[in-house]
Amino acid sequence: MSPGARSLALHGGLIALLFALGFLLPAYHQGNLARIMVLATYAVGYNVLFGYTGLLSLGHAMFFAAGMYGLGLPMQHLGISALPAFGLGLLSAALLSTLVAFLALRTIGVAFMIVTLMFSQAGFLTILYFGTWTRGDEGFVIAQASRSLAGVDLTQPLARYMAALVLFSVALLLTARMMRAGFGQVLIGVRENEERTRMLGYDVFRHKLAAVIVSGTLSGAAGAAYALLFGYVGATFASVQYSIFPLLWVLLGGAGTTIGPLVGVIFMFYLIDWSSGLTNAYMLVAGLALVLLTLFARAGLMGEVRRRWLPWLP
Amino acid sequence: MTHRIKTDRRTLLKGAAAGGLLAATPLAHRFASAQSSAPIRIGFQQHSTGIGAAYGRWYGRTTEAAVKMINEAGGINGRPVEIIAEDDGTDPKRGAEVVEKFANQHNCDVAFGTLFSHVVYGSAPAAGEQKIPYFVVSEGHHVASGALNRYTLQPGITDVKSQVQAMAPYVAENLGKKITMIFPDFAFGHDHRDYFTAAIEAQGGEVLEHIAIPPTETSFTKYFPKIPRDTEVVYHVMVGPAVLTFVKELGEFFGPSRPELFGFIDSLEAVDLASPGLEFLEGTYFWEGNPRYAQADQSSHDKLFREKVGVDANGASVSDPKDVSTYAHMFGCWETLHIIKAGMEAAGYQGPDDRAKLIEAVEAMTDMPESDAHPQGPKRFNGKTHQVFGVQYISRVEEGRLNKVHTTSIEDTLYPDEVDYTTMSF
Amino acid sequence: MDFGPHLLLAVLEGAVGASVLALTALGLSLVFGVMRVVNVAHGEFFMLGAVVAWFVADTLAGHPAVGFVGALLIAPLVAGAVAMAVDRLVLKQVHYDPEATIVGTIGILYILQQTALMTYGPEARPVEPPFSHRIALPWFEWTEEGFEMFYPWGLSITSYKLFVIAAAVLILLTFWAILSRSRYGLLMRATQLDRETALAFGIPVGRVYSLVFGLGAGLAALAAVLIVPIQQAHYLMAGEPLLLSFIVVIIGGLGSVRGTVVAALLIGMSDGIISVFLSPTLSKILATLLVALVLVFRPQGLFGTKAA
Repeated sequence: MSPGARSLALHGGLIALLFALGFLLPAYHQGNLARIMVLATYAVGYNVLFGYTGLLSLGHAMFFAAGMYGLGLPMQHLGISALPAFGLGLLSAALLSTLVAFLALRTIGVAFMIVTLMFSQAGFLTILYFGTWTRGDEGFVIAQASRSLAGVDLTQPLARYMAALVLFSVALLLTARMMRAGFGQVLIGVRENEERTRMLGYDVFRHKLAAVIVSGTLSGAAGAAYALLFGYVGATFASVQYSIFPLLWVLLGGAGTTIGPLVGVIFMFYLIDWSSGLTNAYMLVAGLALVLLTLFARAGLMGEVRRRWLPWLP
Repeated sequence: MTHRIKTDRRTLLKGAAAGGLLAATPLAHRFASAQSSAPIRIGFQQHSTGIGAAYGRWYGRTTEAAVKMINEAGGINGRPVEIIAEDDGTDPKRGAEVVEKFANQHNCDVAFGTLFSHVVYGSAPAAGEQKIPYFVVSEGHHVASGALNRYTLQPGITDVKSQVQAMAPYVAENLGKKITMIFPDFAFGHDHRDYFTAAIEAQGGEVLEHIAIPPTETSFTKYFPKIPRDTEVVYHVMVGPAVLTFVKELGEFFGPSRPELFGFIDSLEAVDLASPGLEFLEGTYFWEGNPRYAQADQSSHDKLFREKVGVDANGASVSDPKDVSTYAHMFGCWETLHIIKAGMEAAGYQGPDDRAKLIEAVEAMTDMPESDAHPQGPKRFNGKTHQVFGVQYISRVEEGRLNKVHTTSIEDTLYPDEVDYTTMSF
Repeated sequence: MDFGPHLLLAVLEGAVGASVLALTALGLSLVFGVMRVVNVAHGEFFMLGAVVAWFVADTLAGHPAVGFVGALLIAPLVAGAVAMAVDRLVLKQVHYDPEATIVGTIGILYILQQTALMTYGPEARPVEPPFSHRIALPWFEWTEEGFEMFYPWGLSITSYKLFVIAAAVLILLTFWAILSRSRYGLLMRATQLDRETALAFGIPVGRVYSLVFGLGAGLAALAAVLIVPIQQAHYLMAGEPLLLSFIVVIIGGLGSVRGTVVAALLIGMSDGIISVFLSPTLSKILATLLVALVLVFRPQGLFGTKAA
């Protein structure tokens, strides 16, 4: 089977499976999976920059929040409907990523990490500063009535699940296609050895810039979708922990694999859900899982699968 | 080490089940033909971890005590009450997930217990979509503002707007008319800023300066120079782990000569008034949702409440006098659970199909006198706004304890309706 | 308050914060510089120091000074021991791979934080300072009669806060002396300069790494013991010190003690001083952006050398 066909089979199969699960799963898990898919989109976006390009950002929450507020504020204050508001969310995230890219890409390594963290912190504080409109950390609710797209009520469980699936599928297929094409290969080259890639004649800066913008916009799409599907916009989603989550998800699931991000989100979600029934200190379990992962499964779940059994895994 | 009552699911279930088992058997036959004796499942959304954890612990203890008492008296419609507690980490995302878990996984009849406003905002949409009655114990103005939905109610604790507004007359009359406000620079603080400024101006006073402090601040002295010299009253309402620092540094800043101080006990919930550095609070005033120290005119209801929850006359745990409770808020859980019981009995609640009837029954409630079910004081529920109103207390720190000096009327706390949830469909 | 006294107060308060920040950041800078790894759990060692200080002060009855001195001795040792265990069990096993270390230390962060929650609890608890007196500070004004000294309302500091500044200076000087004059300091500097050559010279690099990691955590814990009588010990207190330490280390330049101290002063003071002029949240936004822009236009920090 050619790589292209294999990739299509894998991703298409996954999407088909998720589609079927939307009808088969009991209400609780169906609801969980809808949330998971939106957050997995965020993780997929993060993976583009971290897993493929090798740039560790600690500020992605600002892109998620840009999408969230980019959709939420117009819907709340200007009465704009869901679809154009989603477009505004994407636009906000894209603009922010472009601005941040031009500034942050002048740094590398740990400095890049700190700069993205700082910009994200500034973003978080700005949301609080303009509390008159954003309602700051408390946030605001988007009325159930306005959360419908093309006549479909997105608050209905199945409609919501399918909307999340559409979002995730687009992100997944886009990433898969991008990584197989030349563009993606250059990004991997930048990750492996930036100097050598530059010497080969590629414009490393332009590629990194594009990676940041794609990554940021996908994260923003997830943020906008989250606000639309779950009805809440708040500064919590712009805080540091929401920048650490995608890092965790991608690392757990397998950085630099296409389905790793989804696996990571599912794993963390159910780990927390299951262990919170045992103890208050469920984050302890999460912490232990991370340490064990670091020691024994460095490449993450899908990364280990690729390393040991399926070297063709995209 | 402190003896800690672990409020995890199993402990609560054990307590409730034991109570239910004891109570249900002799009474079961009375209702056996009409209703099932399967337990009523109440989902308790608890802040066990995260920034609200100190409150979560006491909310858990109060819930446990209230359920025990309810089950010992026969439960609800003869059915024992079972509490299923889930930690939401004081996080709005997790809060929404927990509400869905209550509705779909745990098959709870209702959900209750959320305190922090941002978690309420994050979780309420899920409650509305799952059509599960959601009784929050938050103090936020969110319910009454109309931002939420018909399934969300706050019948057990008053909201910040009514609390703040009721303070203005006493402050203007007894403390001074020139105020400087110090508050955290987020929604909770802004609510205080907006409501109090309006209320004090209506009393002929004025706010000279608004000092908004960023949320993660750990040292406060640098903000105090902004307090104008001619301030008569400093109004403060800092919350979070740094409050003790705030109060200490305020004392250090002013030294021996200070203006009047009026604070909200939110600053010192779960904090011992005898902590070093708090001596300068002597002679200052606090809003108290429920007086922490047993007063001279203590009612039998407050005595019973303290006894059941395990709190002494100083508002601390009976097993550890250094473990101070969140007395000004936790009564909300007690009263809310009793309202759930009253509502279910009035509606003849049998199962999740009757959820709408339950809400309508609660919406029909109005005046609730002070009683064992409402130990904090008399209440008046507004069915249209889903928010309860009650008396507010003002106390003064005298010789290291808080003595009540003023009780407002319920009328002092009222404000015009901002929403009518009863016109909304289910 | 008038402008002059207000500024003085902001400077003094900033100095207290900067002192503690310098110590915490020094710990991180050391680990960063010598071992070239990012310890995301550094803030948790700070929190550990504060929590242990509370336990010690609570157990040792008597004058608060006894508990305080006890905490000063015990807390850094405990934090150091935990850190050395982490180094042996986790970091060594992944051969100090940068990415793996970040993930592993995030896991350690959660473990330490949750353990504190389970043992110490969710409340913020105070520790009494060994001594604390309010000292009113004078201010000078030029009037017709010449220079006049008076005591502006609210201009004061406490003796304990002055002690914190003095103690931090003392510790920093001691540390600098050890680093530049003693054999241990020589070993650390050699390992930082060139790991391979140090190995070739027979320096037990593995043991140096363990010690450095422990020392880094110990410094953070020491800083926490100093600050805990002013703030409280709380299981979530690690966030701010971690963030600020990272900023200080990057701005000051990797592994440079002088750079760390200068950056700590700058960052510790700037927040407070800017807030004299602007609203607090706005000044925090500006300070954060300023840090980012310094890094953007001078990635090696203020004292670091440009990467080869």
